[in-house]
Amino acid sequence: MITSKRLAAGVCALLAALTAGVAFPAAALAGEPTGEATPQVDLVLDVSGSMRTRDIDGGTRMAAAKQAFNEVLDATPEDVELGIRTLGANYPGDDQKTGCKDTAQLYPVGPLDRTEAKTAVATLSPTGWTPIGPALLKAADDFDGDGSKRIVLISDGEDTCAPLDPCEVAREIAAKGIGLTIDTLGLVPNAKMRQQLSCIAEATGGTYTSVEHTDELTDRVNQLVDRAADPVVTPVATEGAASCAKAPTLKSGLYTDREEFGQQRWYRVDVEPGKELRASVSVGADRAVNPSYGVLLRAVTVRGREIVRGEAAGDGRTDAVSTGLRYPKAERENEDEAAAESVCLQVTNSFSAASGVKTTPGLPLELTVDVVDGPSQASDVASFGLGRGWWLLGALILAGFVAGLLWGWLSRWRVAVWRTN
Amino acid sequence: MRITRVLGAAALMFGLAATPAAADSSPSPSASTDSEAPTTAGTSFRTATEIEQGQTATADGSAGDYLYWSFPADAGQRPTVRATVKLPEAHAAETWQVDVYDGLRRRQACQYGAQTRTAAAGAGSVELACVLRTVRAWSEPWANDPLPGTYYVRLTVVDLTTGDLGLPVRAELRADSKDVGGAAAVDGSLAEPLVPGIAVTSADDEDGSSASAVLSSIEPDDGWSSGWWSDRWVWTALGGALAALAGVGGYALTRGAGRPSRVPPGA
Repeated sequence: MITSKRLAAGVCALLAALTAGVAFPAAALAGEPTGEATPQVDLVLDVSGSMRTRDIDGGTRMAAAKQAFNEVLDATPEDVELGIRTLGANYPGDDQKTGCKDTAQLYPVGPLDRTEAKTAVATLSPTGWTPIGPALLKAADDFDGDGSKRIVLISDGEDTCAPLDPCEVAREIAAKGIGLTIDTLGLVPNAKMRQQLSCIAEATGGTYTSVEHTDELTDRVNQLVDRAADPVVTPVATEGAASCAKAPTLKSGLYTDREEFGQQRWYRVDVEPGKELRASVSVGADRAVNPSYGVLLRAVTVRGREIVRGEAAGDGRTDAVSTGLRYPKAERENEDEAAAESVCLQVTNSFSAASGVKTTPGLPLELTVDVVDGPSQASDVASFGLGRGWWLLGALILAGFVAGLLWGWLSRWRVAVWRTN
Repeated sequence: MRITRVLGAAALMFGLAATPAAADSSPSPSASTDSEAPTTAGTSFRTATEIEQGQTATADGSAGDYLYWSFPADAGQRPTVRATVKLPEAHAAETWQVDVYDGLRRRQACQYGAQTRTAAAGAGSVELACVLRTVRAWSEPWANDPLPGTYYVRLTVVDLTTGDLGLPVRAELRADSKDVGGAAAVDGSLAEPLVPGIAVTSADDEDGSSASAVLSSIEPDDGWSSGWWSDRWVWTALGGALAALAGVGGYALTRGAGRPSRVPPGA
């Protein structure tokens, strides 16, 4: 039974591979990873005066950070390009304007020379302000190339450079569409700092961690650097239109876009007869949103008839709300029909936010499009219309028995008739 | 002698009849391969860590992280996802939740299991479970029945105090499934399982270019089932055979034993 299952699966896989080959010409498809891009990580370390505080495992916060950095530099995978940026490392004065410009690249993002990087870290001593916002802006420019990018921000205090809100800075960096994630770590945090750092992380799809011990810091930073090294598909930025007529045409792949509160986004996908369109969409909540929300994805014909929809709604804390749909287009019945149908995809969201929350840039939207071979339609509820169970056996036995009886009587009657004649 | 043959055939048939019944109760064939179980979790659908059924994946994270895993589920399986979160020593009450999404990122309902659970202040761990519906080979596009393909699991805290935000937690996740067998064998099948990015992947395979990253490269150990086999074949064939036997029996009944008594010898 298992052997036959495997054999059949193999044959089917072969067939599928062959048909897929016919279906997809060797054209470059969107969302295709480049393969050569090197992941880049920028460690952003707070070197403000408060790092002198002795409350991590009996040592200063700075000592803990230095020890963690040394261990992280040793453990960094070969294929990750690592850089270090400091904030508040150079200006000890009281002038906020100058203090808030105090961010410097300690070690440029590039191939790592461990000794050199360690020497650079050893020179640091706690000095100035905590300009998180400006440091993030500069750090975003430290990267080049199209690999995955990650900023790991380690801080022991909240931003001291109001009115520039680091949380909004992070959201704007994310909206640039360069695929940057910011992870934040708070050393011995207080409530306000937790909120600020987790807000920065949330805005870019990163994570926030509270750190109380040196080994926690080392483990977490190592984990984040390793995470950067995992190959990930880079989505292609696209911009949906306000109506189907102006919508961009998408092929199979992964796309990102931004969608404001209550905005509609339209895309188009060409589906040939006998093919199946699969689309899924996630709308991320990258800022404080009201607890009830939803997302609706509709597949609509160019004439405005709805084919199928996917809807999702939720309540409470979330990172994203997602839904998807399938649309198998029937085989062509006659040659006169148009070759491919243009299907419009409409994405709407019902996120809302309190009055103080900025509505631009829009919420991050991720769209996956797959056009594959169509399914073989079901002609019956059961597999091949086959039966199953004791009732089936009983009914068949009864039917067989009755048929046998009738046949027997019939032949006896025929014999009797023949004999009388 | 004829009687012996008939009885023999009947015994054989009943032997066969026992086979589908036995197949129903067989547990999922997924073997435990904990040695190479993943020790990380992703943070989004795109970066979800792929696990196999029967593996216990672990991950260190912080309270507030959204942890994502994905596993393959094939037609006829009824997956169960179990998650355990080990919480730090001191914390306030917090509510954890496990959500399961299919390959189209549609949320899948849990038939039963504690999908959301609140850990009391200071509790050491919280255990969550979600029993999905049976995965079927085909469904109408307007239904959101579970279909073969990738399943995403999202584990997160949905309610916590600011003071607990970012505290270290350790999560364990395991996906198993029960083989429902022929009872769930439906007609029709998908050309490709619901694996995100499969259109791009199969085009790459054809090119011969191996992409370094794909959205989901998930596949069960013994490949996706082709969908044509189910124990319904055995039941139906057996039914046909028994009907034939019953037919012979019925016929024999009308003939009586040997020649009709009314027919004189030598007629």
